[in-house]
Amino acid sequence: MSVLVFAENWDGKFKNPSFEAVSYGKAVADKAGTDLIAVTFGNLEDDASVLGKYGANKVVHVSDAGAFDAHLYGNSLKDLANGLSAKVVVVSQSNNGKMLSSFLAVAWEAGMISNVVEAPESVAPIKVKKKVFSSKGIATVESSEERVVLALASNSFGAHEAATDAAVESGSTSGEAKTQSVEVDRATGQITLSEAEVVVSAGRGLKGPENWGMVEELAGLLGAATACSKPVSDVGWRPHTEHVGQTGKAIAPNLYIAIGISGAIQHLAGVSSSKVIVVVNSDPEAPFFKAADYGIVGDAFDVVPRLIEAVKELKG
Amino acid sequence: MKILVCISHVPDTTSKINFTSDHSAFDSNGIQFVINPNDEFGLTKAVQLKEAQGGSITVLTVGDASTEPTLRKALAIGADEAIRVNAEAKDSFQVAAEIADVVKNGDYNLIICGKESIDYNGQAVPTMVAAICNLPIVNACMGLNLDGEEATMIREIEGGKETVKASLPVVLGGQKGLVEENELRIPNMRGIMSARTKPLQVKEPIGAAPKSSHTHFEKPPAKADVKLVEAGQEKELVQLLHTEAKVI
Ligand SMILES: Cc1cc2nc3c(=O)[nH]c(=O)nc-3n(C[C@H](O)[C@H](O)[C@H](O)COP(=O)(O)OP(=O)(O)OC[C@H]3O[C@@H](n4cnc5c(N)ncnc54)[C@H](O)[C@@H]3O)c2cc1C
Ligand SMILES: Nc1ncnc2c1ncn2[C@@H]1O[C@H](COP(=O)(O)O)[C@@H](O)[C@H]1O
Repeated sequence: MSVLVFAENWDGKFKNPSFEAVSYGKAVADKAGTDLIAVTFGNLEDDASVLGKYGANKVVHVSDAGAFDAHLYGNSLKDLANGLSAKVVVVSQSNNGKMLSSFLAVAWEAGMISNVVEAPESVAPIKVKKKVFSSKGIATVESSEERVVLALASNSFGAHEAATDAAVESGSTSGEAKTQSVEVDRATGQITLSEAEVVVSAGRGLKGPENWGMVEELAGLLGAATACSKPVSDVGWRPHTEHVGQTGKAIAPNLYIAIGISGAIQHLAGVSSSKVIVVVNSDPEAPFFKAADYGIVGDAFDVVPRLIEAVKELKG
Repeated sequence: MKILVCISHVPDTTSKINFTSDHSAFDSNGIQFVINPNDEFGLTKAVQLKEAQGGSITVLTVGDASTEPTLRKALAIGADEAIRVNAEAKDSFQVAAEIADVVKNGDYNLIICGKESIDYNGQAVPTMVAAICNLPIVNACMGLNLDGEEATMIREIEGGKETVKASLPVVLGGQKGLVEENELRIPNMRGIMSARTKPLQVKEPIGAAPKSSHTHFEKPPAKADVKLVEAGQEKELVQLLHTEAKVI
């Protein structure tokens, strides 16, 4: 048997979620006492063997895969999993990953556990922890199937180096796509929310969209992505894609800085998995302080510019 | 146009989540249940499509009798009929298999789910339904246009969006953007009155078996108290983040 990991690439490049998935796969493979095989689809700019640095013993590169489609990718991955006699397949929960893992579970007649946040407690049967109720709870889930697809919540496990030499083989797709990609519209060179290690977020306390300059400046200095509370995106001060929370994106960066956000329960549900939370709010009673690690009670319009200066000083 | 909207019945977003004292289950005592927020976008989109081009809307939930008020609410918002598959939802696969059976026997052109239910956060049901029924799937869908038998959809991708096309019938996992927040329909008096007499069919399950079980529930560990830094001492905060928390 083996453990398989789908190592996604974006325009041919591996990103932190790719390495995180491989690291997670390595932890599962170690626990099962078996090898880890990474699979990646599409044209690559990066060298596939880099996945070895995170513990893959072998990489299968399926270069003939076109744009993502759940049927095309899912059926292809199923055939690879069968050919490589895999018992567990690990997929990171990107937008594609969510579809791929669910499709594969059906096609491959496997169990599936999504939103997993830790290495499995046991591998026979697979028993693992996942986040439920929008991070308000943690459940232990046991699969009744021998084959299991594990879908990993992003930024929950981290990428860990485990120098291995990975040989690269080529593979091919099977099956057909049922959707056709017409156009991709993506900001390039920006740090996306789901992969960001630091996120600077702001809420209604900032009064208007014209005041986001300092948020962007702070984010730029920290190599961070920007985010916002729901009402801010509802009124169009910021794009919907920045809305975090129970009905927006769930994120888990190393550092989440919340400026002028009250900390409503629905907001916290999407950000409480952040490792460190910093809150800047003029109201000492703002509920967010109860969920924060560090805080400054003060006016954002005074505090944030000074914070920017302090970061500049640190970064030299 | 026949539209099926799959609705999951979930705790209100303001709910405090508790588990039973033996940690074996969610404790629903005192909890208000609502239509899953992601499903509200899909339901409103269905109502808009029906208003624009005619057709019928069926809402479906897999759940016990306690989910019926949620289905009635969906009827009040504008669905024509409701189906409740009389089975306790156990895992994504079992729910998807029950929904797939309704899809196979229903001749629907469009199957709209939400991208995620906010209770068990499976993020799986719409794609599983599509896989079982061999239909196209677009998840995290934030835009839909129909032109005859062709659907054009916008889906979210990391850092942007992608436009994709597929032939009907298709399955969607919807979210905000499918319609805007201010377009969301809420039940009005007439809707509530008429919902009482709209058909709500209880269908016996095909008996699909779940493939996983929840063996234990716990709450995430509580946070330690916040460390407050005086306004004006931002340098100190940056130092703490650098040397103590080691995050910058
Ligand atoms: C079904 C449902 C789902 C929801 N989902 C989400 C979700 O996913 N994400 C989300 O974010 N919300 C969500 N909400 C909304 C949520 O309940 C709150 O209304 C929202 O998070 C509040 O946004 P806010 O903190 O930016 O604004 P407010 O609550 O208005 O808070 C503004 C804060 O800024 C502070 N402030 C004001 N001026 C300053 C200043 N000069 N300097 C510093 N601080 C200042 C104030 O003290 C206050 O704490 C949802 C609500 C519902 C009903
Ligand atoms: N018990 C259920 N009955 C009907 N539809 C459901 C049920 N559970 C989930 N769904 C649908 O599937 C979507 C995604 O749910 P999930 O995969 O559980 O996160 C929801 O938004 C609903 O549209």
